[in-house]
Amino acid sequence: MFIALVVVIAGLYTAGLYLVLARSVVRLIFGLALLGNAANLLIFAAGGLARGLPAIVPPGADPPVPPSGHADPVPQALVLTAIVISFALLSFAAVMVSRVCAVTGTDDGDRMMSTET
Amino acid sequence: MLIVLPIVIPLVAAAASLTLSRAPRWQRRAGVAGAAALTVAAVALFARVETAGIQATQMGGWPAPFGITLVADLFSALMVLLTAVIGLAVAVYSLADLDEPRVRFGYYPLLHVLLMGVCGAFLTGDLFNLYVWFEVMLTASFVLLALGGGQAQMEGAIKYVTLNLLSSALFLAAAGLIYGTANTLNLADLSLRLAEVQRDHPNLVAALALLLAVAFGIKAGLFPLFFWLPASYHTPPPAVSAVFAGLLTKVGVYALIRVFTLVFPAGGFVHVLLLVLAGLTMLTGVLGAVAQFDMRRILSFHIISQIGYMVLGLGLLACGDETVRRLALAAAVFYIAHHILVKTNLFLISGVVEALRGTGQLRRLGGLSASAWWLAALFAIPAFSLAGIPPLSGFWAKLAVLKAGFLAGRYELVGVALAAGLFTLLSMMKIWNEVFWKTPPNHAGEPPTHAASDRERRPRTARWVPILGLAALTVAIGLWPQPLLRLSDRAAAQLLDPVAYRQAVHLQESLATVVSAPAVAEESAP
Repeated sequence: MFIALVVVIAGLYTAGLYLVLARSVVRLIFGLALLGNAANLLIFAAGGLARGLPAIVPPGADPPVPPSGHADPVPQALVLTAIVISFALLSFAAVMVSRVCAVTGTDDGDRMMSTET
Repeated sequence: MLIVLPIVIPLVAAAASLTLSRAPRWQRRAGVAGAAALTVAAVALFARVETAGIQATQMGGWPAPFGITLVADLFSALMVLLTAVIGLAVAVYSLADLDEPRVRFGYYPLLHVLLMGVCGAFLTGDLFNLYVWFEVMLTASFVLLALGGGQAQMEGAIKYVTLNLLSSALFLAAAGLIYGTANTLNLADLSLRLAEVQRDHPNLVAALALLLAVAFGIKAGLFPLFFWLPASYHTPPPAVSAVFAGLLTKVGVYALIRVFTLVFPAGGFVHVLLLVLAGLTMLTGVLGAVAQFDMRRILSFHIISQIGYMVLGLGLLACGDETVRRLALAAAVFYIAHHILVKTNLFLISGVVEALRGTGQLRRLGGLSASAWWLAALFAIPAFSLAGIPPLSGFWAKLAVLKAGFLAGRYELVGVALAAGLFTLLSMMKIWNEVFWKTPPNHAGEPPTHAASDRERRPRTARWVPILGLAALTVAIGLWPQPLLRLSDRAAAQLLDPVAYRQAVHLQESLATVVSAPAVAEESAP
């Protein structure tokens, strides 16, 4: 199971990087989305995988930690925060790309060089 | 309580100026008032940290390392103070510079959200919280850069947004992996845990350090990760360029310094890598500037080369001697302080030039000293300070960095730094001559045509006050460098001593991890 997750993360990073290097800026946005998702899954995997274990235990429970163990809640919180942030940034990036294409008349990143030296 | 103010005040100011968006005049006043309040709070925090030592607060009452800690040591407090000063300068300058549509679309709320993100990044003691504050700052900067929607702005924005989102993705991955390795995200706790992990898995820790170095290097503008900067910094209005130039890259440098003194033990190979990159950064920055003929593009390239000096101070931690390392860090801190003031001032002055002549292209400018000799004098102060001419602040900053390099035995880097200084002087002389002293060409730039009523309504003095203030600070630091030098030295001593940091944070033993015996003995020793 863990290996499958690692393969998926690697695949997402690969696809994301390939798309980011593409010529069209629309593919760039897709690539950034994939990279963000890959990072989220990476955090999730780095926290350790647990199947069906509670992440939050009520105070005063006896025994304090369930005998089968518990899932680590911190990576889950980190992933939630990261998902929200990347969602907001991605929506901004999508609007920005549509504006850039409208203003420059092309979606070819190689032609948007007027500010380069 | 005092430590939370630099985050809460800009938030309140942003909210207030957002609700006033129907009345731009009140929006402007709310913006400036918020920046003034932030300055007062920053001065109070700095005074407290200077007298009482490192301050720390746990958010939500959760003890460290379970909750998020806000920590203010001398370095953080100094950076917050500089942020507040720059925020005030830019807010006042924007009274004259920003046109009505931009103000109505939320320039002042965005500026304050940016200031909040920057102050939060300086004050946090938690790695993931640092990521969150980076994102707050970045989002505000994305919108500020794109506000206005012209072609140059949008093209610059694409590059800026892409590379900074990449940097965020790398930072996020690093934070997740660090949590998986060390089971904590609190910077103070990490300084203990990663040292243990490094004994067993040195390569893993080196990989994490590299990942963070790349992520912060993109933000800071290190070679070869800086190419988004000259493509984007010169496109927005001058006030926005000024706040970007003064603050955003310095947050990257701050993060590098914080992480590579506190979390990762100094002297690893990443510090040597930072040394090499610093040298290359200094060189490529000035060489890029030599080819430019637009004021703000030249200044953008100079940001890059000056970042090289600061990272040089950080990289010299790789050299073993205790006094040399303290001097190198103190030099880096002093350089950051000097550079923030000088660079913002230079961008504000370029804004005045563009307002007077309608262009920043050197080939179409000339003869400004005849009509505005005081502008020439005000330009000379930060320009020569950047080049390192005494008795201005840049001289002491460069001297400190070069002395640290000499004492560490890194003569090749000292040579590179001196060569970069020479080219910086060349660039400043180029701007100086082309803008102020040469006879203007036949098709010289004309003042831009705004509606006459709009121009009359906007106060002209709002442009001069911040430029004068920042120039006065530069001259003051140049003539009396001792207070800032002593402060930088104390900040460097604090940075090199993680035990005091951990004690201020009141680290508690966490349930899930085993604390090794030597670490416990170190904590309980008086």
